[in-house]
Amino acid sequence: MTQLPKTTERKMGLVIDLDTCVGCHACVVSCKGWNTENYGAPLSDQDPYGSNPSGTFLNRIHSYEVQPESGPAQLIHFPKSCLHCEDAPCVTVCPTGASYKRVEDGIVLVNESDCIGCGLCAWACPYGARELDRAEGVMKKCTLCVDRIYNENLPEEDRVPACVRTCPSNARHFGDLGDPDSEVSQLVAERGGMDLMPEQDTKPVNKYLPPRPKDMLNDGPREEIDILAPLLAPVVEEPKGFLGWLDKTLEKL
Amino acid sequence: MHPAPSIIAFSTFSGLGLGLLFWLGVDNTPPTGWVGFAFFGIAYVLAVGGLVSSTFHLGRPERALKAFTQWQTSWLSREAWCAVVALVTMGLYAFFLVFFGRQLPILGWFGAFFCLMTVYTTSMIYAQLKTVPRWNTALTSWLFLSLSIAGGALLSGRVTIALILLLLAGGMQFLWWKLGDKRFADSGTDMKTATGLGSIGDVRAFEPPHTGTNYLLDEMVYTVGRRHAEKLRLIAFVLMLVLPVILLLLPFPHVFGVLALVSHVAGVLVSRWLFFAEAEHVVGLYYGLR
Repeated sequence: MTQLPKTTERKMGLVIDLDTCVGCHACVVSCKGWNTENYGAPLSDQDPYGSNPSGTFLNRIHSYEVQPESGPAQLIHFPKSCLHCEDAPCVTVCPTGASYKRVEDGIVLVNESDCIGCGLCAWACPYGARELDRAEGVMKKCTLCVDRIYNENLPEEDRVPACVRTCPSNARHFGDLGDPDSEVSQLVAERGGMDLMPEQDTKPVNKYLPPRPKDMLNDGPREEIDILAPLLAPVVEEPKGFLGWLDKTLEKL
Repeated sequence: MHPAPSIIAFSTFSGLGLGLLFWLGVDNTPPTGWVGFAFFGIAYVLAVGGLVSSTFHLGRPERALKAFTQWQTSWLSREAWCAVVALVTMGLYAFFLVFFGRQLPILGWFGAFFCLMTVYTTSMIYAQLKTVPRWNTALTSWLFLSLSIAGGALLSGRVTIALILLLLAGGMQFLWWKLGDKRFADSGTDMKTATGLGSIGDVRAFEPPHTGTNYLLDEMVYTVGRRHAEKLRLIAFVLMLVLPVILLLLPFPHVFGVLALVSHVAGVLVSRWLFFAEAEHVVGLYYGLR
């Protein structure tokens, strides 16, 4: 049913740390790798080795340059996938009931056997989280790795979304954002986690942690920051005795 | 937004056909016999042809019947229901007129109401989308409705009514364009809110996630032809309003009426192309584009 549940028992989602993301795209690769061979249709590519390659991805990394009023510009890598919104506009527009939000954990999913590929849900999503698979003709989106997180065939440490498991800089966190005591909720409270496009009234479950203030590298005089200088002093003293004589003699030649 | 030919044809021709059916439904002296057959035939070719062409843009058209299930929330589903109710009711109404020369006014009014509801639900598919600020206004519905009944009046040969309604539809179109130009800025969505990084400073797209194109860019960040928008608006306006009005004011309404109709439809097609091509989806902001 495309009616949204009034509340969900849990609000499973991601917290993405814009401070620590290094923009390596490892989560993009692991997401595509896991999801192309598990839930639903494969994530197809079109013309993958040709001159105009494109393909279906559930997670993409943008990079932005932010220019503060003073100081150098900052480069911020920005992972973006489905935010599993509480008021998901993509769900209510669906004419077939293929899109739905689960009551038990709040995950927004597409039942691909009901999807007619009209694309209206992708139009309704402000975040570009849904992509129509051009080979399969159905809508693809992040499933929060619903086939991993409850999968008892996997070792416990693997029961998190593939992107979270793979992130080498620990910039992605997974948990219940409906529980104020959960680690992710505390992280959001501590770091001032934010919503994307709050004015669109979608109430995203996923939160983004803003970058921490940068060190003021160029503010102070140069000497102060040369903290490695003492360590760089030569540790090998000049040779003495026969070797010293040899060294000097050879230098003069 | 990508101006898919199937959607432009659908919304233009089905709007016109449903507009004609509306006038046939509320007519006190509707055509009967072969004349009636011709009128209803044209209306059905336009309305059904348009609806069929709309299924061409589906990824999985064979499952289209499932679109009837979610009428409680989805405007697309409601549109499907309204279209079926309108076409079945008007079909019965036409059947009695054409073959028995009998008018059943209740059927006619009921069918006419659902013809308008079909156009309204179509317009709401676009007007509901907060993600496309230009569309996200009640004026979108008024534009679609006024164009539909003006086109229908023109098609059914109601010269005086058509003149008035054309002017009304033209006014709607002008307003929709003028107010629409400001709607993206007024929506409050920009790169700062999209990325949440506005508190640090000015945000600029440094590098996109992919080197080629993708579904999002093709479908929702369609920028081709926007630089010709002003000229195309003028062409659309002249074709859909100015020329038909002049032609209708001339004598020999049968000859010039057909020309007025052709000109009007061509103008609406241009305007509908612009409706999509000029519409900016907020997702473009993530790419630093509009």
